[in-house]
Amino acid sequence: MPESFFNEMYDAKGLRGPYRMLESWYQNMPAEFRALKQAEAEHLFRRYGITFAVYGEGGDPDRLIPFDMFPRVFAADEWRRLERGIKQRARALNAFLSDVYDRGEIIRAGRIPADLVYRNEAYEIAVAGFRPPLGVFSHIVGIDLVRTGRDQFYVLEDNCRTPSGVSYMLENREVMMRMFPHLFQENRVAPVDNYARMLKRTLASVAPAKCDRDPNVVLLTPGHFNSAYYEHSFLADLMGIELVEGQDLFVEGDFCWMRTTQGPRKVDVIYRRIDDAFLDPLCFRPDSALGVPGLMNVYRSGGVTICSAPGAGVADDKAIYTYVPEMIRFYLGEAPMLENVPTWQCAKPDDLKYVQENLAELVVKEVHGSGGYGMLVGPKSDKATIETFAAKLAENPSNYIAQPTLALSTCPTFVEEGIAPRHVDLRPYCLVGRDVELVPGGLTRVALTEGSLVVNSSQGGGVKDTWVIAEE
Amino acid sequence: MILTVLHKTCYEFATPVGGIIQSLRLTPARCEGQKIIDWSVDVPGAVMGALFRDGAGDYIQTVSLRNLTSTIEVTVSGTVETQDTAGVLRGYRERVPPRAYMRNTPRTEPNRAIRELFEDTLAGMETASALDRAHALASAVHKALPYIPGATHAHTTAAEAMNEGAGVCQDHTHVLIACAHLADLPARYVSGYLNATEDGTPHEASHAWAEVFIEGLGWVGFDASNETCPNEHYIRLGSGLDAQDAAPIRGLVLGGAEETMDVSVVIEAQQQ
Repeated sequence: MPESFFNEMYDAKGLRGPYRMLESWYQNMPAEFRALKQAEAEHLFRRYGITFAVYGEGGDPDRLIPFDMFPRVFAADEWRRLERGIKQRARALNAFLSDVYDRGEIIRAGRIPADLVYRNEAYEIAVAGFRPPLGVFSHIVGIDLVRTGRDQFYVLEDNCRTPSGVSYMLENREVMMRMFPHLFQENRVAPVDNYARMLKRTLASVAPAKCDRDPNVVLLTPGHFNSAYYEHSFLADLMGIELVEGQDLFVEGDFCWMRTTQGPRKVDVIYRRIDDAFLDPLCFRPDSALGVPGLMNVYRSGGVTICSAPGAGVADDKAIYTYVPEMIRFYLGEAPMLENVPTWQCAKPDDLKYVQENLAELVVKEVHGSGGYGMLVGPKSDKATIETFAAKLAENPSNYIAQPTLALSTCPTFVEEGIAPRHVDLRPYCLVGRDVELVPGGLTRVALTEGSLVVNSSQGGGVKDTWVIAEE
Repeated sequence: MILTVLHKTCYEFATPVGGIIQSLRLTPARCEGQKIIDWSVDVPGAVMGALFRDGAGDYIQTVSLRNLTSTIEVTVSGTVETQDTAGVLRGYRERVPPRAYMRNTPRTEPNRAIRELFEDTLAGMETASALDRAHALASAVHKALPYIPGATHAHTTAAEAMNEGAGVCQDHTHVLIACAHLADLPARYVSGYLNATEDGTPHEASHAWAEVFIEGLGWVGFDASNETCPNEHYIRLGSGLDAQDAAPIRGLVLGGAEETMDVSVVIEAQQQ
């Protein structure tokens, strides 16, 4: 049934505008040349050292994620609509966080159940009542989108903590520009390389009020054994900021300091790439050696800003996801521009009943799962798999949500025989500080296996350069 | 009642250490029945951060000391004027929604014995008020776990204490929190001081009890160890999800060495 999927290059009316220049490009590309370029791309990625797994999927950290050279393209007007929807969502998610750590108006108004928020593991009691600079909790919002038609986009999930993968967005572009410079002369592709500058500006804009000079921004990594370490060092490098580990920082008095050869230097903003639980052994897990003891006290007394704010995870939980359109209406008084995928909460008896009766048609996911593991893709599963899953579901219904199987759009992708349509998704990165902004682009993941809807790199997924074509 | 406290914690190191950092929850906050007359926390030679108040209403302070040779002493001393409020926490500024205190930690996770204690205690009390049910649970915990110092240790969980069949105030509090959660009542761990003698003689006085949230009343203290609600003999320091989370001192020795700790807490009641 491939005809029922929206092909982003060739729709019912033929070649679509944004891809106009790419048709002759691939048609005129000799097979040997293509093989050569593919090898060159691989060589470049190896040389850059970009070999980490996206989204904390685990697996071999030295594995190269397959790169597909065929770009994924959006027209300027398509992007403008998406951009507005993404920004709207990022604003609402931050308004929600700011509210649930304050008066909880949305809960008092009966629009979201109290227990869903306050009993959520990601709700941090330690920061209740604390307002971070500018009231921003999630400074980098990664929103996973899929397309099902010319004008139909759905949000699959929100990532409010520390979404990864942006280094792929930047490297994919860099590699494409090196390999096919003429493509970028023929097509007016909007640049994404100002992302690092934008990110640094965002981080600096949330420096604490106590900081009265150019803020010292650092990136806190768990260390080189972390699967995303490459991205941490890459971003720190691009922003021209220090890449630090917990042991490089210490707390004294009301501030956090960085050890340097010239003595201690005050730190104002920490872009952390470690989880809440490991941030500070005096506040969270006492056995964590990755964090900085005393950091949460400095944070809560306004001596340093932590990005994303501890506790931001309560907004991107799969059970909270259902309520994001409600947040948009409640806080912004607007109609949601991006749609949620209809979701059944298996914790609710009626929803569970429906899910159990329609397992073969649905995608069922664990509430806290990630990486495409522990999920059931009904239409792609045999009877035995479905039955095994049904037993798991019956045992602990509240651990699951279910969604309809979406007809993910396809984009031409290089395969043995030439090109073939393969399913794609999109993760743009929205920055929230003094401004709400994003670069025109994101990370496109592609399911390289024919017919597969799973784009996770651990399960046969690859990545593509994502273009937004500027207006003529 | 006027209560004076002298609380000293002395750490001794066999060899010099790189430093020590602590987060202190050692300053009581004002609430109805608890008026702070004077209070001080001293750590000679240390860098002290400014006192700030967290969302739970507790005063928190960071203290650090670098390149420590042999000892460090934390001295808390102060005077508080108290009144009996029948255990009800009133006039207290806090920002944490009560339902956030429905979650368990590994220390308050119930096992079968705790579930049975909860079920047996509340059998037939389906129509009783939340307050009566909380009282019943506190009494049941008191009876289930005779107070035996040394039966448990600092890291004993509620489930382990139940298996042991004995415990101290920390264990009583953990088990009571677990039971309250089973009864769908928010509950939390409170650390503080208790003046346990009627005649005002000084004595060892660190203590812990639970607070249970009762709709309409607010947070109400339950001291299962003494089968009572906190009264004018209690000083409340702060709260958390369990003993670790509510600890008056959470610290870390950097460049760790053998450490011995000596604590003495003396409380006495002054004649008014």
